[in-house]
Amino acid sequence: MSTTQLLAPNVTAQHWADPSHPDDRPFIRRYIFSTDHKTIGNQFMFMSLFFLLVGGALAMMIRWQLGWPGQPMPGGGVLPETMAPGGILLPEFYNSLVTMHGTFMIFFAIMPLLVGMFGNWLIPLHVGASDMAFPRLNMMSFWSAVPAGFIMLASFVVEGGAAGAGWTAYPPLSAVPEYSGVSTGQQLWCVSLIILGFSSLMGAVNYITTIVNMRAPGMTWMRMPLPIWSLFITAILILLAIPILAGAAIMLLFDQTIGTTFFLPEAGGQPLLWQHLFWYFGHPEVYILILPAMGVASEVIANGSRKPIFGYPAMVGAIVAIAFLGWIVWGHHMFQSGMNPLLGSSFMLSTMIIAVPSAIKVFNWLGTIWRGDIHFHTPMLNALAFVGMFVIGGLSGVFMASTPVDIYIHDTYFIVAHLHYVLFGGSLFAIFAGIYFWFPKFFGRMLSPTLGKIHFALTFVFYNLVFFPMHNLGLGGMMRRIYDPNQYGFLEPLQPMNTFVSVFALALGVSQLVFFFNILWSLWRGEKAPENPWRSNSLEWSLASPPPHGNFEAMPAVYRGPYEYSYPGRGEDFWLQGEPPDGGAVHAPTGGAPVGEGVPQ
Amino acid sequence: MPEPASTFGAGIDSIYYIILWITGAIFVLVETALIVFIIRYRHREGRVAAYSHGNKKAEIVWTVIPFILVLFIVYASNDIWLEVKRADQGGAAPADALPLRVVAKQFEWNVTYPGPDGELDTADDFVKRNQLHVPIGRAVRIDLGSEDVIHSFFLPDFRVKQDAVPGMTIPVWFEATRTGEFPLACAELCGLGHYRMRASLTVHEAADFDLWQSQEIAASGSPTGASEIDTERANEAEISEGEESA
Repeated sequence: MSTTQLLAPNVTAQHWADPSHPDDRPFIRRYIFSTDHKTIGNQFMFMSLFFLLVGGALAMMIRWQLGWPGQPMPGGGVLPETMAPGGILLPEFYNSLVTMHGTFMIFFAIMPLLVGMFGNWLIPLHVGASDMAFPRLNMMSFWSAVPAGFIMLASFVVEGGAAGAGWTAYPPLSAVPEYSGVSTGQQLWCVSLIILGFSSLMGAVNYITTIVNMRAPGMTWMRMPLPIWSLFITAILILLAIPILAGAAIMLLFDQTIGTTFFLPEAGGQPLLWQHLFWYFGHPEVYILILPAMGVASEVIANGSRKPIFGYPAMVGAIVAIAFLGWIVWGHHMFQSGMNPLLGSSFMLSTMIIAVPSAIKVFNWLGTIWRGDIHFHTPMLNALAFVGMFVIGGLSGVFMASTPVDIYIHDTYFIVAHLHYVLFGGSLFAIFAGIYFWFPKFFGRMLSPTLGKIHFALTFVFYNLVFFPMHNLGLGGMMRRIYDPNQYGFLEPLQPMNTFVSVFALALGVSQLVFFFNILWSLWRGEKAPENPWRSNSLEWSLASPPPHGNFEAMPAVYRGPYEYSYPGRGEDFWLQGEPPDGGAVHAPTGGAPVGEGVPQ
Repeated sequence: MPEPASTFGAGIDSIYYIILWITGAIFVLVETALIVFIIRYRHREGRVAAYSHGNKKAEIVWTVIPFILVLFIVYASNDIWLEVKRADQGGAAPADALPLRVVAKQFEWNVTYPGPDGELDTADDFVKRNQLHVPIGRAVRIDLGSEDVIHSFFLPDFRVKQDAVPGMTIPVWFEATRTGEFPLACAELCGLGHYRMRASLTVHEAADFDLWQSQEIAASGSPTGASEIDTERANEAEISEGEESA
């Protein structure tokens, strides 16, 4: 790869009307209704972490009930009679718990962390822009996500409680209050997701426009950091998938409120139509939840290994391939739904093929750390855990992609284990890696490495003790979303394993407090962050921490790809993308040994 | 997994074990490589990372091998899948199958038996709630339906799972290979009583099944048009519906 040639600029100078300057906006414009992408990224972080806590608390209650069925939950006495009389969780409240745990984690924690937070933090800085293409739209995107979240949260206190038909909201259960016992809550669920859909769409058009139009001179497509590639493809997925969810949610809301029967068979509606629409959105959504995590992990792994990413073009190609294939696999959620079995065969084929680009990514991450010089900073530990856990989540996916095996494991805890290996072991570990990595850049303070490593170790161990045994629970036949497995004789022998899982789930929940404490403590007391604490290459690391309003003083120029680590003959083992080839001081090698073996292959 | 009790159970399990071996081998390989690399290439004073952007040959190898493996898994799986679903017969159960109708509703399974004439929708049909009885060694054809929401008909020991969708009648079939009593569970969230929407499946010797059937008919008096399903919610008392809004 040429590292010196400055390719034709695709951005002209008139885009640079807004050089960085001191921020003199009043408090409210600066911190609350801000149009600065960095502030909006921070806001998405705080909002999503709040909902991560909410979703986590709901998970703790679920695990309490499964670990000690029918026992009064410690502290459960504060819940109203309609949820937990005497601290004993009611079955209808349990259904709301599983529904809202999934809903909050997917739509209000993982998705806004990956897309809202990383997208806002990274896109303008990584491409060398002063802000997003549409800063006000960006502000509106955040400020419509907030009410959506609080509408969802408020549904717990309306009459009938929160939605209880699962995060997938299959009608007729979700459409008819007499069936679920929930009316207003189920409607608020639709309303909230429709509003959140607008938020996501405003973000997506912004990301796409910014990446296409606002790259600094020299920032060619194949010099973009991988988080930007993954966020670009993710934004396209969002733009195409979210309207389908919003449309389906509007149809469901009409079925609930004004007497339409899109999904109700009495008047010719079709319950399976919802499943097709939901999963036609829902499977791209799965990749919306993992592609940015892959991008972030790639960035951190190259940095921690002090090595260029292995096979950059293949990594980009794999992102595109996964995103494309993601559109033609939705039927694998419906193998047992009554869909034509021959359709099942074709969906099995397309689903299995997704394993190929996923495998390419895993092997290329391995190739990146191979012959590296691995620094185990906190972001790197989390990124390595991401790879290890994503492998398990990916491989367990092969089981349910196989239609005959899926007959048995569909709707069991095997699925629960799989999806948590992907969404927690995959997405969340990458989110941790990214927050440890970029927090210093956006808050000007380092997160405590000691607390970071304690948090990582506890999370990694407890996480596996919680979710690995769930594979066995599923193979034992335990269904998802059941309030009390002991209703079934054949599930009674699994109770000790359920209790084991619950013990470590509570421990996993408590150990996340280390992370939240680290953030709050470091915001005020953390060590001041230098410009480039991780000796990394992309454009933001040549700016102050935090970067000033408007980011760059002058239009940055980009001279090389983002992963020029350990370039032979340079003194330092990193090479900023914006450092001119002749302007950078070339020091004597500090590593001692001459760089001999590191020639490009 | 419980020991299979249906004719196709062992076939389904064999695919499971094939996938377990393949993914298990990849799991061990990849995680070992990850750990070995992490230890071998950890930072020490003087260590310099190799400067390499990749290796086309290696990347082609690890693209092609997974591709071949998944195609093999698809091929092997599809054989069993089409057999279980009897795709070559258009999904129809074997001709001599015992016809049953199972209609799910919150939160019970209503089974219609054909009676001595072996045909549904005749005068000698009779209905049992939450009790599925079948003879061993004879295929059973179930017309699966639902009255209200989506349920899922799950016989873990038989490797049978099929959603019951209101407005649709979905064919299910299996042939029992062991006698005994087995659980029938609902696997799709169907409301607040979902967790206890259970029933039992009893597999009889052929002669015992006929005996059971005649006893049932005798006990229920005249076998009048019982094919219309008893809509009374017998387990209503158990259901705490305090939260249902009108």
